[in-house]
Amino acid sequence: MNDKNKIITGLVIFIVFITFPFWYNRGKAASIPEPKLTDKAKLEKVCVEPKDYMKVEHMQILDIWRDSVVRTGSRVFVSKSGKKFNVSLSTGEDSCMGCHSNKADFCDKCHDYASVRPYCWDCHIEPPKEKK
Amino acid sequence: MENGRRYFLKLAGISVLGLGTKPVLNAFASSEEGKVHEAEIQNNPEALDAKRWAMVIDTRKFESEEDLKPLIDACNKIHNIPKLTNKNHEIKWIWIDEFKHVFTNMDHEFVDDRVKNLPFLVLCNHCEKPACVRACPTKATFKRDDGIVLMDFHRCIGCRFCMAACPYGSRSFNFRDPRSFIEEINPDFPTRMRGVVEKCNFCAERLAVGKMPACVEASNGALAFGDLYDPDSEVRELLKNNYTIRRKSELGAGPSIYYIV
Repeated sequence: MNDKNKIITGLVIFIVFITFPFWYNRGKAASIPEPKLTDKAKLEKVCVEPKDYMKVEHMQILDIWRDSVVRTGSRVFVSKSGKKFNVSLSTGEDSCMGCHSNKADFCDKCHDYASVRPYCWDCHIEPPKEKK
Repeated sequence: MENGRRYFLKLAGISVLGLGTKPVLNAFASSEEGKVHEAEIQNNPEALDAKRWAMVIDTRKFESEEDLKPLIDACNKIHNIPKLTNKNHEIKWIWIDEFKHVFTNMDHEFVDDRVKNLPFLVLCNHCEKPACVRACPTKATFKRDDGIVLMDFHRCIGCRFCMAACPYGSRSFNFRDPRSFIEEINPDFPTRMRGVVEKCNFCAERLAVGKMPACVEASNGALAFGDLYDPDSEVRELLKNNYTIRRKSELGAGPSIYYIV
């Protein structure tokens, strides 16, 4: 066991190197994003479904809506409260983006945090950016 | 290590316990997914509906390309169609061609001058038996119950089988990202992306809100649009009283665009 010191030094260097990302980034975790609502969305108070459901399942809704519009041509959504919405991501005032016109503060905030990159906007046209 | 019966039974017992947790885990996992998007999606009451949409183009009402330009421009503007100058990259939904190219089977040496020089409006024929639909491997192109042959751009993988199958050359492929070639973007209609095929959609998005197709609206009555299976419709009236021809009808695709020559 003449190489005891070398081995231990090597191990220490190895462990430091392997754990580098953990201690280097310690305490730097991005805070949980809080999507901002536009004034219009705040006034409306309710979305097509309850808030918690929308948080978890909005992508499913978009999927169902897309198939409904493209395949069957059905374009009017009636929510449980009886309110009617245009089944559309970005067309018109009563579409998704009609209310949530702040894409950067609403969609992108969480998507960036979760490293999700939906390709909606390759084709659909995002609402014009609001000037502050 | 102990290798006896005792050890084996212990291991088997633990494994069985482990298996027993699966239904519990499943129950936890499904508690969120179980909820479905229950509320309903309805048709717009104003939407125009038909058993089979068809168009009659009265070519007697057109003389030059100038007369057809407003119709084409109306379509291009509404559907965000890019203007690509390279012939190979061109995107066409509705365009102009000559008699000899449009009616290949009817052309002969002594066609009268009017027809020979007349610009013909061509677009997707929304066939009764569309070859493109059969060729599409992803069902991105499909035929709706009202006869419109539509594309789901979300599903198109850009294989271009449909382009090879279409006998009318009605389909265009986006070799380049079209965004930067659109003169004025209409925010109410999506653009396409690089790598998808596109074509005329008979203005399905306008019919859904009770409007006539853009080209028909811009044509001042030279284009008629209606239900082929409704004996009282405008198109049936025109078909009854005029001699009409269709493009390459001998192929059996059953095109829905009729031309009065």
